[in-house]
Amino acid sequence: MSITIQHISKSFKDVVALKDVSFEVKEGELFGLIGPDGAGKTTLFRILTTLLIANEGTATVAGFDVINDYKSIRNSVGYMPGKFSLYQDLTIEENLIFFATIFGTTIEKNYDLIKDIYIQIEPFKNRRAGKLSGGMKQKLALCCALIHKPKVLFLDEPTTGVDPVSRKEFWDMLKRLQKKGITILVSTPYMDEAELCDRIAFIQDGKILEIDTPEAIVKHYPKPMYNIRSNNMYQLINSLKAYEHQHSVYPFGEFVHYTDNRLDFNPKELMLYLESKNLSEISIQITQPTIEDTFMELAK
Amino acid sequence: MKTILYIIQKEFKQIFRNKGMLPIIFVLPIIQLVILSNAATFEVQHIKFGYIDHDHTSTSRALVERFNASTYFDVLTDFPSEALANSAMLKGDVDVIVEIPHYFERDLQKEKRTNVGVTINAIDGAAAGVENVYLTQIVQRFNQQVKVNLLQASDLQVQPIQIETIPLFWYNETLNYKTFMVPGILVLLVTMITLFLSGMNIVREKEIGTLEQINVTPIKKSQFIIGKLFPFWVIGMGLLTIGLILARVVFNVPMVGSLVLMYFYTSIYILVVLGIGLFISNFTETQQQAMFIAWFFMVIFILMSGLFTPIESMPKWAQLLTEFNPIKYFVEVMRMVMLKGSSFMDILPQLLKTLLYAVVMNGLAVWSYKKTT
Repeated sequence: MSITIQHISKSFKDVVALKDVSFEVKEGELFGLIGPDGAGKTTLFRILTTLLIANEGTATVAGFDVINDYKSIRNSVGYMPGKFSLYQDLTIEENLIFFATIFGTTIEKNYDLIKDIYIQIEPFKNRRAGKLSGGMKQKLALCCALIHKPKVLFLDEPTTGVDPVSRKEFWDMLKRLQKKGITILVSTPYMDEAELCDRIAFIQDGKILEIDTPEAIVKHYPKPMYNIRSNNMYQLINSLKAYEHQHSVYPFGEFVHYTDNRLDFNPKELMLYLESKNLSEISIQITQPTIEDTFMELAK
Repeated sequence: MKTILYIIQKEFKQIFRNKGMLPIIFVLPIIQLVILSNAATFEVQHIKFGYIDHDHTSTSRALVERFNASTYFDVLTDFPSEALANSAMLKGDVDVIVEIPHYFERDLQKEKRTNVGVTINAIDGAAAGVENVYLTQIVQRFNQQVKVNLLQASDLQVQPIQIETIPLFWYNETLNYKTFMVPGILVLLVTMITLFLSGMNIVREKEIGTLEQINVTPIKKSQFIIGKLFPFWVIGMGLLTIGLILARVVFNVPMVGSLVLMYFYTSIYILVVLGIGLFISNFTETQQQAMFIAWFFMVIFILMSGLFTPIESMPKWAQLLTEFNPIKYFVEVMRMVMLKGSSFMDILPQLLKTLLYAVVMNGLAVWSYKKTT
């Protein structure tokens, strides 16, 4: 096991950030921690990277205990905080050399690991980090987190505030790193990124709701899911929410994801109801629930 | 060692890239030293002087003439009445009013005594005190003159018995206040810049989040702290050098003592300041907070350092407090070494206290610096 977390709890004064959290991450796994802002993701990262001490419970990273062997952990993990935290007034190259030096290594020694990423920002290596675009900052931060060949990589919301193209590139990079045997624990508020992980854990209000593979987790969804569309989206949502048998109504792109709380639900009945509300061009089709739907259902 | 060297290199790079900081470090202190040393004088000149002469005799005019001759007093007005003089003082037109009574000359000659009324504007208490001294001196000298004249006329057998004091001002023969102020202000500058910079430096890393990144690395506390603070130690020594050159070239302050001793003491003293700076930054979250706290201590340290007001005139409890003021020791040592040529043994008490202070402060600072929260 690369990361084991057992009954970790942490509270700040009267705010409970984590409540009895336990899970394990296998070696070489790309594990996603999915949850809204304030769910406790960053707190958990800070405990695992030895920046914070939990009130209760134990955790190990790369086989080392987070409290007793914190020094060994610091040698073998890479951490990329959610906020860009490199020296804005140093250049790309200087930042990288700085982190290599304090890890007691050099860029050359581990160049093969960061090569794919570094090549993309190398043309700007004499530019100060503060002057880089969001995507480039992200790549630089990843390079700095990888420069000492960590066994475990912690990425706290690495793609928040990054454009869709750079986000996709970033996840491709993570997949490649995973192939090199690095265990990656990544947190994200984006549900679409969850599908790219080997396994995901839903976290909300400091509690783990569910842990499984993205494919399996949607099967936990208890009800059949319907895609509904019509000529007037706003009125459709309002009408569905007013419908007495509705279980959940969430807008999803051009559709509304709808579940009913009856076991013998007949779409035709709903169709008649919607037509009575002066909606036209109505279509109701059964569909697969997404990770987002599952999360919303579990978080209810 | 390589790590420390690289951190030092990185710190210097950051300092020299910070276009807003460079002038603060190197230009402002020089300007301050030049301006403050010229401006922070205890001499009071151009005292606006008014008088009310009820007597209108040669003796009363002779007294007024004494004030007129003094370089400290600008004789402005002869007020016809006390009321007018008082309203002029209320308006701020005069600072000192001397009222010469009726029969001033007659009383002096017949009764050998008389009184002169003096009113001093004491809004600025320190200036009023100085004005009083000047005034008393002038009146006393006038008094002696009168005495001699009167005695010659009446009784030659009784010789006036006078004790005259001729003071010698050692270590600053001309009582040049610049000689006295420059070493002190130099101390302030070295302290202020190093305290503010070191206090804000680590907080800055907290603010921009790099500290968190660094805390996850295997870097040792001591490596990081030494690497971060050493550049400010160098800057402090650099400031001392600039200040000493200015003191010698611009202000012509004598440097009687050993430069090596000055540098040796300063090198230890800066450690105290850096320790305080680091300690402050451990307990603050933003540069603003750090700045305010540093400023708070700075003001107390300056006012209780004996630079502007003598420690001897403070109440007992305040004198005790000054024992914890590092600036006090630095001011003492600088003045002792520069003006008096004190040797290592002379400054040993200050040196030992400073050293103890440095050990305690840095110990506290390192102890309170935590990589884990």
